[in-house]
Amino acid sequence: MVDAAIGEDAIARPRRAVRRRGLRNALKRKSTTAFLLTLPLILLIALLVVYPALYSVHLATLNKSMQRFVGFGNFEFLFKRDTFWLVVKQSCIFAVTAVVFKALIGFIVAHFVHNIPAKGQRKWRGMLLVPWVIPPAMSTLAWLWLFDPSYSAFNYTLAFFGIGPIPWTGDAAWARFSVILVNVWYGAPFFMIMYLASLKSVPDQLYEAAAIDGANWWQRIWYVTLPMMRNIIAITTLFSLIVTFANFDIVRILTAGGPLDKTHIFATWAFRVGIEGSDIPLGASVSLFMVPILAVAAIFILRDVNKRGNES
Amino acid sequence: MSRRKLNRRQFVAATAATSAVMITAPYVRGAYAAGKLSMGFWDHWVPGANQASTDLVNEWAAKEKVEVQIDYITSQGKKIELTIAAEGAAKSGHDLIAMPTWWPHAHAELLEPVNDIMGPIIQENGEVNGTVKYLGQSGGKWLAVPSCVGSQIKGPCTRIDLMKKHAGIDVQQLYPAGGPPKADSWTTETFLKAAEACQKAGVPFGIGLGETTDSVDSAGAFFQAFGAELVNAKGDVTVKTDAVRQALEFYKRLIAALPPDVASWDDASNNKWLVSGKGAMIMNPPSAWAVAKRDAPQIAEQCWTHGFPVGPKGRYAPFLPYFWSIWSFSKNKEAAKSLIVHLSKPASIEKMVAASGGYDLPAYEKLTTLKIWQEQGPPKGTLYHYPNPYNHQTLSIAASPAPPKIAQQIYAQATMTKMCLRYAQGEKMEATLAWAEGECEGFMRS
Repeated sequence: MVDAAIGEDAIARPRRAVRRRGLRNALKRKSTTAFLLTLPLILLIALLVVYPALYSVHLATLNKSMQRFVGFGNFEFLFKRDTFWLVVKQSCIFAVTAVVFKALIGFIVAHFVHNIPAKGQRKWRGMLLVPWVIPPAMSTLAWLWLFDPSYSAFNYTLAFFGIGPIPWTGDAAWARFSVILVNVWYGAPFFMIMYLASLKSVPDQLYEAAAIDGANWWQRIWYVTLPMMRNIIAITTLFSLIVTFANFDIVRILTAGGPLDKTHIFATWAFRVGIEGSDIPLGASVSLFMVPILAVAAIFILRDVNKRGNES
Repeated sequence: MSRRKLNRRQFVAATAATSAVMITAPYVRGAYAAGKLSMGFWDHWVPGANQASTDLVNEWAAKEKVEVQIDYITSQGKKIELTIAAEGAAKSGHDLIAMPTWWPHAHAELLEPVNDIMGPIIQENGEVNGTVKYLGQSGGKWLAVPSCVGSQIKGPCTRIDLMKKHAGIDVQQLYPAGGPPKADSWTTETFLKAAEACQKAGVPFGIGLGETTDSVDSAGAFFQAFGAELVNAKGDVTVKTDAVRQALEFYKRLIAALPPDVASWDDASNNKWLVSGKGAMIMNPPSAWAVAKRDAPQIAEQCWTHGFPVGPKGRYAPFLPYFWSIWSFSKNKEAAKSLIVHLSKPASIEKMVAASGGYDLPAYEKLTTLKIWQEQGPPKGTLYHYPNPYNHQTLSIAASPAPPKIAQQIYAQATMTKMCLRYAQGEKMEATLAWAEGECEGFMRS
């Protein structure tokens, strides 16, 4: 018995030592340090993002008075509502149109800024970023005054040329145009700054080689600039698509979803149904419907980024 | 070391004294002997009006030895509704909270019944109007007590001069200051003709058709004047009726006489319309007139607040009450009830109404003739008929008499203004009705 006890202890001791050494080695590893350093942020995200997300999933499974579990009942109800499909359609139109224009304008402006001599470039960069750094709730209020039904500054100016008055927020088509315009104005600087950073990382030698080969400006963009920027373009587009889909403040302030629900997007309609209509489970279901749409977009875009990463 | 000995007498005396202190301690009233009470009140937009509430609460707190904390919560951006929703979901927050219109019903299961205090309050102040009963009661149980702060009637505010000049109507004669209304000729048909005349003269009526409350409230009152109900009191969908068709025809004619951009109006648009001097009438509580008094006094002195026109089924005016409600999870319900009783005393109500410049409206029948409404001006008496002193119009809320939880959906989704717009923009009557019927069926979910 005694021998056996001594024997077991003798075996356990080196095992414990190995484990201690293993822990020491793990702590020495850079990835462990990185994980520990990011742990507070991970916990914060879990608290502020994961918990509310799970809670909204829970809410979406309850009945209107939040006392009974209804499973997918809220979604089944939504799928039968015409207004819901109108909101889905409008959210897609809003997000896709706004992101396309933001990307296009950001790309063009980034080229202009890139070609400004380094000395003056900083000023331009700063000025062009202004729309993006002003809180959108504030800047949209200024746009609201510009579009005001009765006192629109735009209509006042257009009247000098015999044009208008244009019902900026009173007609469905114009209202959609207005909310997209403000979103593009707000978001284009983000694309501009991302593209500018990407442009600066394209080696000059590639352009020189293209010039020697006789490439014109379009061929330089198509065969040099775009391939070098494609990962940034993809990631920026994905990020912007997510943010634009989830937009609330611009539409809420400018049109509140009107006229006749023609500018409602997921977030504004979720607010209307959930808070103003006191049907929080249905509101949660509306906002959760964004998840599958964005997940599909994210899978496609990120898969493309991975593919390109592997190619390079 | 000397040790003091405790004899038997001293021991008995000390024990008796300690027991006496321990037994009486809870009954000794310290500064905050009755505990704490937190309240979320609506943040008034009339400068200084909050102070009247604060003073009344402090006066009560000092008397009752309660530590109070008041938060004034704005209704801008629906913040008060968001706070109510958050506190309801968390089952934690203020003890007492101000709830607008539909919210007591929406949170009925989470509210402390207040029948015990409502009875004596009604006895003292007089009967409450039907809208307050509809919104504040559920199954014979009072869910909340009507608050005068924030409660309002959104009646017509007319430009005396423009109406007389272009439509030939003297609103001061229809609604004389200090006397009962002589408004038999003030019908929906007269109203339409006046709207058309003012539009021709370049000063159209400013009645919104957006999705915010001012637009919905006006549409609601006109629908009721025609007897048009989208859902009846039993909860049946009653969209396809002649009354609804008549209301839509009326609105189609009215929309043709309104500014072309009314579809995008919000609750500020009509106020701006009046203050700019561009229009002959808006539907609003006296806040627009108060702004005009400050920013455009020459317009304010031509404004007259009065009653709605009478329709085939009666004369209705939108009344939007606020309520003081007590959460069932409140830790000091008795103190909350005591405070509400104090705030509902006629003297307290008079102070709050005066501080709001006559904007706030008590829901009780004995309190519609306060001095403030007789004195306010210019022009003097402009608010005399604002509180409906002669009861000549039925105070109502859009979408009633549908069961409140359904009506709230109709109201929040602005179904009535959307119907009016759709029909006025050329959609066929039956298509508009079919659309509205589908919407209302969707609002039935529980």
